[in-house]
Formats: sequence, structure tokens, C-alpha cells
Amino acid sequence: MSMIDIKVAAVEQVTPLVKHFTFVKRDGSPFPAFSGGSHVVVSMNVGGRVHRNPYSLMGSPADTGAYHISVRKQEQSRGGSVFMHENVEVGTSLQITYPVNLFSLAKKAHKHILIAGGIGITPFMSQLIDLNRLNANFELHYAFRSPEHGAFADQLKAICSSKLHCYADSKGERLDLLALLSKQPLGTHVYVCGPNPMVVAVIETARNLGWPENHIHSEQFLSPGIGEPFKIQLAKSNIEVHVPAEMSMLEAIEAAGVEADYLCRGGVCGRCEVNVLESDGALLHHDHFLTDAEKAAGKKIMPCVSRARCDRLVLDL
Amino acid sequence: MALAFKQETFRNDYKYSNSPNAIKRFPFPFAEDQYMYSVNIEPHVKGKTGSVSEFAFDVDEHYVGECLDKQLTLDLDRGRYAALPHMMDAQWDFVELTMEALSNDYPEHFSLKKEGLNWTWENKPLNIKQSFVFGDASTMPMDPFEFMSKQVQGDFVLLDQRDETLYADAGFVTSQADWSLAFDVGMSWREWHAPVPRATELGVMDRALKYLLNLQLGSPVRRLNWTMTVNPRLDTSPENYPLWGTDRNTVNPENVADKVHLRVELQSLFRLPRSNGIVFSIRCYLMSLRELSSYPRWAKRLHRVQKTMHPDLIEYKGMTKFHPMMVEWLSQFDDGSAMAVGTQPE
Repeated sequence: MSMIDIKVAAVEQVTPLVKHFTFVKRDGSPFPAFSGGSHVVVSMNVGGRVHRNPYSLMGSPADTGAYHISVRKQEQSRGGSVFMHENVEVGTSLQITYPVNLFSLAKKAHKHILIAGGIGITPFMSQLIDLNRLNANFELHYAFRSPEHGAFADQLKAICSSKLHCYADSKGERLDLLALLSKQPLGTHVYVCGPNPMVVAVIETARNLGWPENHIHSEQFLSPGIGEPFKIQLAKSNIEVHVPAEMSMLEAIEAAGVEADYLCRGGVCGRCEVNVLESDGALLHHDHFLTDAEKAAGKKIMPCVSRARCDRLVLDL
Repeated sequence: MALAFKQETFRNDYKYSNSPNAIKRFPFPFAEDQYMYSVNIEPHVKGKTGSVSEFAFDVDEHYVGECLDKQLTLDLDRGRYAALPHMMDAQWDFVELTMEALSNDYPEHFSLKKEGLNWTWENKPLNIKQSFVFGDASTMPMDPFEFMSKQVQGDFVLLDQRDETLYADAGFVTSQADWSLAFDVGMSWREWHAPVPRATELGVMDRALKYLLNLQLGSPVRRLNWTMTVNPRLDTSPENYPLWGTDRNTVNPENVADKVHLRVELQSLFRLPRSNGIVFSIRCYLMSLRELSSYPRWAKRLHRVQKTMHPDLIEYKGMTKFHPMMVEWLSQFDDGSAMAVGTQPE
């Protein structure tokens, strides 16, 4: 996979839990332009182990001089977000992937409703620039815990003016999804990024109101969960790999020196899909990619986020 | 090294031939004795010096002739170019990709100067110089995509990605192997592949789609496709079928080696940055059976491939009329001995 060598040009504490990082290319050349909603996967070496986390690009897609990401320090971090907060400083070298967009704007939409919760605002930051440039009809609804957690609210006001609607939970402000989604004209698309209950609520509300499935967009990167350790057999490589509790199957496979395909590492894109040749227990599917029928069939698994509870699991790798 | 561009025609008098070097670098597609559809996609990485995959977009001795032929075809039928309104970002992506590639890879023929968004493009072989503001279509003499499509060999389709599929929402198509942009524009992946026999049943199209939906910026891919064309004609479109379809009846055992051409498409796909679309580039290479037989290994291989071709494919590729004559002519190169896997000429 093609990677880009970057160094950190600036770090800013935006809220008590969120840091904003500015990346420039190590060789000084410009980055590629990108489309609103794109993310990059940041590769970091945490105590000898490579962590790769996806983060949305939040600067202007036309600004090829620098890339911007924001990282929320996760309470149950396996190390990635804590490393970004505590070990990454101005001058640190890292590697990132080229931008990938799994949350792109529907170019033919008549209107766009963007709904963000907390750090879920990040993919919208770049989309807003595209929407403004294209003179699109949109509204941004941004919910957060309390004003001090409303990262980027001032910046957003400058970009969106009256199209921005903020909801601070601490002040008792609530986004009424039903009211919002029931009054939209035909041809409206809704996009949501935020904590799981919010994403589910938006999807369910829109579905119940009869919104077409392809007008409902969400992005929710999963972190590979911490689970029970287990063992896997890789048929083509003819080796056995131990997957420790705090490591994903994909990470363990990589650590064993086997090259596996991947893209988002968050259970969304489907690139790391691998065939299950044999298993004698339960596959714990955590991804958003496989259909329920595929999950039940047990013939495929997404090693970036999924795990297993079994004595024997043979993968086609 | 500067390329020497030939004066050529791809219609009427058909003044077209390949130099020995062009034959040697021809992208011969058959590595094995039998042909079957597969998702033969590989990374579009830099190939060997002098090969057709050395650069992202190959410019060769036919460049000027092909560009003139494109213009002729478009002048006769404006429907060969189409771009739906939501594809403007993709149009500029295409301009950036092709101008940067050509000026970097062939600096003696093309140059690009940038001062912020003020760009100046120079194409010496076609004698074009254009200053414009990147992103402002009003500063271009025509659609930005049309402007650059005319200056790169091959056909181009811009794909929009939405609803977990790809839509052919813009295109410049003047050298197609019997498919129509005017018919396909706005169609989804499954719709425009529907006529391909056997491939759908094999699941090939679904696998290829899944792969392309994840195509990454900075990691283009390519594959080869092929057919056989009577006369070195680029515009074998359904629109102009009356002009070329009957050429198949003119093939006889005496002229088969000069009339029948192996037509290979070097298809490459690039993820586009601003639009998150994909450009599908279809570059056509033509070589007569006689030219091909200057490397007997290729003639021997083609004989085996054609002899064992599934009848559905012979029909789909429009070879029914002349297929037996072609196989017969090629048989003189086949001594029956085993061949190693590989597409190399010798």
C-alpha cells in the first residue's frame, strides 16, 4: 500500500479531550487534493507495535499544503489515541495512507442535512467547504456535551453562518430528529457521524419516515475491540498466529509477518475480507460491511475488527 | 528522447502501420493457450523502460494521427462527448491528472506551468497553448474534460461513485469496440456490463466492482482487454456500424493477414481526488496479423487461443465471419509443441 511520509507541523488542544494536528509532507511537496468526508489511516509505532487508526481529514480539500486531523482521547484506548495525545508533538514523523472517502457527499442531492455528535464533526469540516464551494443547500446540526466540548463551533459559524444549529446537552438543548427529518423536501440526503446511539437514532428515524435507504449516510469507525485471546491458522502461509486480548486479528496477522489487504481498519470498507476455511466455534463479527446473512453463514470475516471464540479457526491467508 | 509522430489515417485509405519498435512493445494479452474472462486487474505501476506501461498515459508514434482521428469522429457526431452537470469536479481532476502526467513523463512534448491557480499548458505536437484558471471552466475554450480528452490517446469515461456502485456520468469515446457512450451515459456498473456473455454468471463483474469501489488515490490499476478488428479503424462504434460492419465480409484467405488486426485495450483506472470519482482510460492498440507474426511465438499463441475460443465469445466479439480464415492462417505458426506461460514476444 502506498504511504505518505509526514511530519507534524502543529498541535493544538481544542477541547479538554480533543487535539488538532497539522501534517505536512516530509519532502515538502504538496499533498493530493481530496474530497469532503475523506479520512487517512495514521500509522504509529506504539512500544514496538504498529497501530493504524483512521482519522477524518478536516481541512479544506483544496489546501494541498497541509492535512488536518483531530483526535479525541478515548477512555478505553488500546493505545492509539493516547499515543497521539501524549507522544506526538511538533516535528514527529509518521506515515499516513492516501485519503480514502467512505462518506462522500451525494452530488445529485437537492439538499444535505448533516448531523454531528461530538468528535463526529470532523468529516463534516471538509464536506462543508465542498458544499459552500458548490453553492449547495445544506444545514449542519451539531450536538455536544457542553460548550467547552463544542470543538470548532466558532470556526463552523464562520463557514456556515445561519446554516449551523448547535445543541449543548449541558444546557438542555436537544436535537429533535423527528421534527427535523419529517419536514425535509424530496431529494434531501441525511448524513450522520457521532456516537453509536445517535447514528442508530438518525438511521431509524429516517427509515421510519420512509426515506430511501440510499439517501441515508453514516460513518462510524469502530476501534478493534478488546476481547478474549484466541488462535488462528493461516492456510496459505501455513502458520499459527496467536491473537492477544488487546490486539486485532489483522494486527496479529501483520505482526506475524503476513501481508494482508486492508484499507479503513474500522470495519467499513470491506477490503480486508478474508475467507474462513474452517471454524469450530463462534465468529464474533463486529464490522458494518458484511450482510447479516453473510455473518450468519460464517464463510467470511473482517479481521480488522472481528474476533472469534473457538479452538480452531483456519483463514485463507 | 523525442518521439517521431507518423502521418496516419484510421479510415478510408487506412494509412496505418506499426514500426518494429511499436510491434515489439505491443501489449500482447495472451499468457496462456486458452482464454477465459477473469478479473485480471493489477496495479498500474511503472513498467519497463520503453514499455506501454512505463508511464501512466502512454504516448507513442500514433499520437498525432490518433488525436486528429478523434477530432474527426467528434466533428461528425457530437454525441461522442457527454458530461452530466455533477461531474465538473471530476473534469478538473482529469485535467490535473493528465496534464501533470504528460508534462512530467514527456517534457520535450508537453509542459505545464503553475502559478497558484493560474496554469499554462503547452502541447507541442498538436500546437496548443492554453492559459486558464484551474477550477474556472469559463477560462477554457470548451469543457475542461473535453479539452484534455482530445490530447491524450484513448477513450475516457468518468465514473461517479454513489449507492455502492459506479455510474458512467461523463465520457469522451471515439475509439470504442462497438459500445455507445450515448447509450451508456448515466448507467450503473451492472447496467452497462449486462451484455457481456458468461461474465455475470461467473461473478466476475461483482468482484471487479467491489474491488473498484475501494480503488485508492495514488494506486491506479490496469487490465488488458482485446478483440479483433477488420482494418485499423479506431471508430468501430454502433453509431457508425454501417461504415465498418460490412468490412467483415471483405476478408478472404489472401488478405486476412493484413486486414485482421488484434485490437488490445490497455484499460487503466485512477481514483480522482476532488470528486472521489474514477477515470476509466481505454487505450487502443492495433496490430495486423502479419505484423504480429513477425514474432512467431505470438502467432503460435494466438492460434491456440482462437482455436479454443468459446462460440459465445466469437459471436460477442464479432469475429464469426472471419474466424475460420484467421485460425487457418495462424496455424502455419503452430508446430504443436508446448509453450511456457507468458506474453513475451520471443
